Amino acid sequence: MALQTPSSTVGPYFAYGLTAAQYGYDFDQIANDVLVAERSRGMVAERSRSVTSDDLSGDRIYIVGRVFDGNNEIIPDAMIEVWQPDIKGFGRIGTGTDPKNRFHFETVKPQRLDGQAPHLSVIVLMRGLLVHAYTRIYFSDEAAANAEDEVLNSVPSERRPTLIAQKQIVNGRLEYHFDIYMQGETETVFFDV
Amino acid sequence: MENKRDWSVHPPYLYPGYKSTVLRAPSKPLIPIKHTLSERTGPVYGMDVIGQFDNDLTKNGQKNGEPLGERIVVAGRVLDEWGQPVRNTLVEVWQANAAGRYIHKVDQHAAPLDPNFLGGGRCMTDNEGYYKFYTIKPGAYPWGNHPNAWRPNHIHFSLFGNNISSRLVTQMYFPGDPLLEYDPIFLGVPPKGRELLISKFTLDLTEPSFALGYEFNIVLRGNKETPFENK
Repeated sequence: MALQTPSSTVGPYFAYGLTAAQYGYDFDQIANDVLVAERSRGMVAERSRSVTSDDLSGDRIYIVGRVFDGNNEIIPDAMIEVWQPDIKGFGRIGTGTDPKNRFHFETVKPQRLDGQAPHLSVIVLMRGLLVHAYTRIYFSDEAAANAEDEVLNSVPSERRPTLIAQKQIVNGRLEYHFDIYMQGETETVFFDV
Repeated sequence: MENKRDWSVHPPYLYPGYKSTVLRAPSKPLIPIKHTLSERTGPVYGMDVIGQFDNDLTKNGQKNGEPLGERIVVAGRVLDEWGQPVRNTLVEVWQANAAGRYIHKVDQHAAPLDPNFLGGGRCMTDNEGYYKFYTIKPGAYPWGNHPNAWRPNHIHFSLFGNNISSRLVTQMYFPGDPLLEYDPIFLGVPPKGRELLISKFTLDLTEPSFALGYEFNIVLRGNKETPFENK
C-alpha cells in the first residue's frame, strides 16, 4: 500500500488561491459562504451519494462564529470549510475580511440524515495548523436529536457544548453562533476521521 | 469502511520549531469517530469550475506580457493508497512568484511583485488521475519564524479526493533544495514522509525549448471499497 502524502499548513497566503473573490483578488473561487447557491455551480451529483431529496424549502439559516488561539485571541487568517451532505452544499470562507474576523455561512437547516442529529461537517485550516482540524456543528434547538446522536455521545459530556451552535435571532434572521477554540478550557472537540 | 489518517507520515499538530503551532495546535487528543454518511461524501466538482487558463499560471495573471522566471511544468497522478487513480477530482494550487513574493496583501517581503503573475490555479484530474499545471518556478523567501529563516521553494496544493475525509492540503517542494534541511514546516513531517513532498525533475515531462518538468504524485486516503469497484 502506498503511503499517504503528508499534510501541511495552508499557510498565511491562501487567500488569492482559495478565496480570491472574497479577498478582492482578480481570480474566482470554487465555493464561498453561501452553500445553497453553490449547489448549482460546478457541483456534480452522481458521486456525492446523498440519500435525501433536493428539498431546499427548510429554514434559511446563518452560521456565524470566530476562531480563537491559545491566548484567547481571535485568529484573522483561518479558513473554514463546511460540508452539508443533505443538500450537497459546500462552503469556504476566510476570517480575514469581516471587520470582527468572523466567518459566516448561509444555508438551509440540515435535515436528520443517516440516523444522525442535524449537523454540518467543518474543516478548519490556518497558518500554524500542519494538519487541518475536523469538527462538527450541531444545533442548540435539536436537543432531542442531539441526545441520541452517536457521534455526540462518543464525546465526554463536559465537552459536548463545544460542538453545539447557539440559536439566536439577529435582526429578525435565524443565526447560529459557533466559536471555535483551538486550545484552552473550552477547546473545541476535533475528530480523528 | 474507512481508512484512517496515517500519523506516521503526517506532521504532529504541535511542532515547536514552527512557532505558529504553539498557540494553534489542538492540545487535547482527537476523538476518533466511525465514518458516517457525512464523512463518506464530499463536494464533487465538474469541469465548469475550471476556466480556460486556470491550469496555466503563466497565462492566467497576464496583464501586459509574460511573467518573469523559469517556466516549469508540474504534473503527476492523484492516486489512492491502493494505487487506484482518483478521477475527475479538483486540484487547487497557489504559490509565490519567481522573486519569492506572494501577491497576498499581507506579504511584506521586499521582493518585486510581477504584474503578469497571480500565482493561483486549478485543474481537474483526468480519468486516469493525471493532472498538469504550467507555472513559474517559485522563489524562496524569508519569514519571521526564527532569525534568518527562509522557506524553500514550494507550491501549495489543495485536494478533495472522493470524500471529505480524503481532503488534503499540502506543499510540494523541489529536488536538491538546500533550504529543506532548515525549514521547520518541512522538518515537521516525520522522516518517513518527507521525500513524498519533494517533486522529481524529469525529462519525460520537460518540454523541449519551453519548460522544465517536475513530477509530483499525490496519494490520498483511500476508501477500502475502491479497489474492487471496477472488477
